[in-house]
Amino acid sequence: MQSNPLLGRFAWNTLIALLYLFLLAPIIVVFIISFDTRQYLAFPPESFSFGSYVKVFQNVKFISAFWRSLIIGAIVGLVAVSAGMLLSLSLVRHHFRGKAAVNFLILAPFLVPHIVLAVGIMLVIAPLGLLDSYPGIVLAHLGITIPYTVRTITMSLMAVDTRIEEAALVHGASPRMVFWRITLPLVRPGLIAGGVIAFLISFDEATISLFIVSVKASTLPTEIYHYLEYSTDPQIAALSVVLILISVGVVMVVEKLIGLRKAL
Amino acid sequence: MSAAALPAAETSPANASRGILLMLLLPGLIALVITFLLPLIWLLRASFASSTMGALSGGDWTVQSYSTVLFDPFYWRVAWNTLVLGFNVAIFAVILSYPIALFLARTESRFRGVLTALAVAPLLTSSVVRTYGWMVILGDRGVINSTLQSLSLTGGVIRLTNNSLGATVALIEILMPYAILAMLSGFGRLNTQLEEAAAMLGANRLRVFTRIILPLSAPGVLTAALLVFVLAISSFVTPRLMGGGRVFVLGTEVFNEATVTLNWPLAAALSVMLLILFSSIILLYQRALRALET
Repeated sequence: MQSNPLLGRFAWNTLIALLYLFLLAPIIVVFIISFDTRQYLAFPPESFSFGSYVKVFQNVKFISAFWRSLIIGAIVGLVAVSAGMLLSLSLVRHHFRGKAAVNFLILAPFLVPHIVLAVGIMLVIAPLGLLDSYPGIVLAHLGITIPYTVRTITMSLMAVDTRIEEAALVHGASPRMVFWRITLPLVRPGLIAGGVIAFLISFDEATISLFIVSVKASTLPTEIYHYLEYSTDPQIAALSVVLILISVGVVMVVEKLIGLRKAL
Repeated sequence: MSAAALPAAETSPANASRGILLMLLLPGLIALVITFLLPLIWLLRASFASSTMGALSGGDWTVQSYSTVLFDPFYWRVAWNTLVLGFNVAIFAVILSYPIALFLARTESRFRGVLTALAVAPLLTSSVVRTYGWMVILGDRGVINSTLQSLSLTGGVIRLTNNSLGATVALIEILMPYAILAMLSGFGRLNTQLEEAAAMLGANRLRVFTRIILPLSAPGVLTAALLVFVLAISSFVTPRLMGGGRVFVLGTEVFNEATVTLNWPLAAALSVMLLILFSSIILLYQRALRALET
């Protein structure tokens, strides 16, 4: 009954490698096909060229959507981090009645499907004339990003030794100075991680965005979605590679700063 | 702690701190109320409104949208499709993610960090992009079909997209990183010393797996299955693109009613039903988890 441990180990490692291949398959094929330049989707590529990349960078629709996504993501990141910092301070440093309710409200967006939230937000902002506008899409993304920023900032804040702050107070620093010079620098990893995660969620989000924006405030994922409804040519692959590289770059920054598993 | 702090809360310095507290809480709470609480209340209200094109009429209450959903066999089929999709995706995503999570939880390789990052990195690329990747793989002239044809294994094209098979396969892969993450955080109780002890006492590897590893990892597996299921039944980008308009699930119908037909009360009613389905599954999960723990 004793099986060969070396053989078992080999089979196990092969299985893991195959599963990784399945998990990464779409990203790998998108990378390969992005060097094709034909007008239609076919595999394998006929040629190797950067033609599709050139086309993407000449596509006005994609370029303007890219800048919009970037701006929207940056605003969402900044607002979500600011609101998250304040909420975290109140949750970690203060005791008050209704704290459990606040905690629940912050965690609850995790429990509601995005599509349900999308319909709700659409119904709320439509009468305000905010459909297909920057404020509309920023608002729509705040509800789903604030829970993440609160989470990362709370973790950083709980790790701060409050005696350092007390020492500064004892030595005559004003509370304002303690906040700016001590607390804020100490929770910087949480702020950066939260901001990056909020940015990435906003930058990659398609479901809610598709309900909120159409033309004027369309984001890159919604433009890609609408493009894919009619055509699947390699241009999208080239664009996808650019997006993947951005995500990987951002992930590496987060990993370097605080470690990926802590951030997620 | 809170009992000791209570009398102090009546004095005046505490009033100042109450002001600070309010300042800290208000911005975030206002944002969450506008972007989360209000939308849910509006949704519920809209599901009882009478339908007018792309807008909501005023004060009337009607169950028209719910009766449309409940008495139209089409929506029963949609609900059934959604559940089938959710179950298939959850089962396969969990089966395929389990070895990866187990590997990552137990490996002592120095590449562990990189491998973990690689397993969850797809999470950080847009699902639209990854759906496109699956269109390239499963399409009529995609990776699988062209490989099969160049090997002359098939005469014609095997349809792997524009049907629920394509949507299911793509969703399995797209949701796997969530399953891996959920399992990884649930595998904290796995302990190699326990396994070694069992092996030393004469248990073979199969027995170690079924009697130690599997029971200890069960809560993580259950959480992963729940997470994938709820994400799958509320997805619409992947079913819509991979299904090419031929896959009808709750997500695609909500989107269709909200943006194409512009029947907002019906979209709201379908969303409320999705939410009810969602919540009941989560309640079932909590009971199952409690049963596992005891």
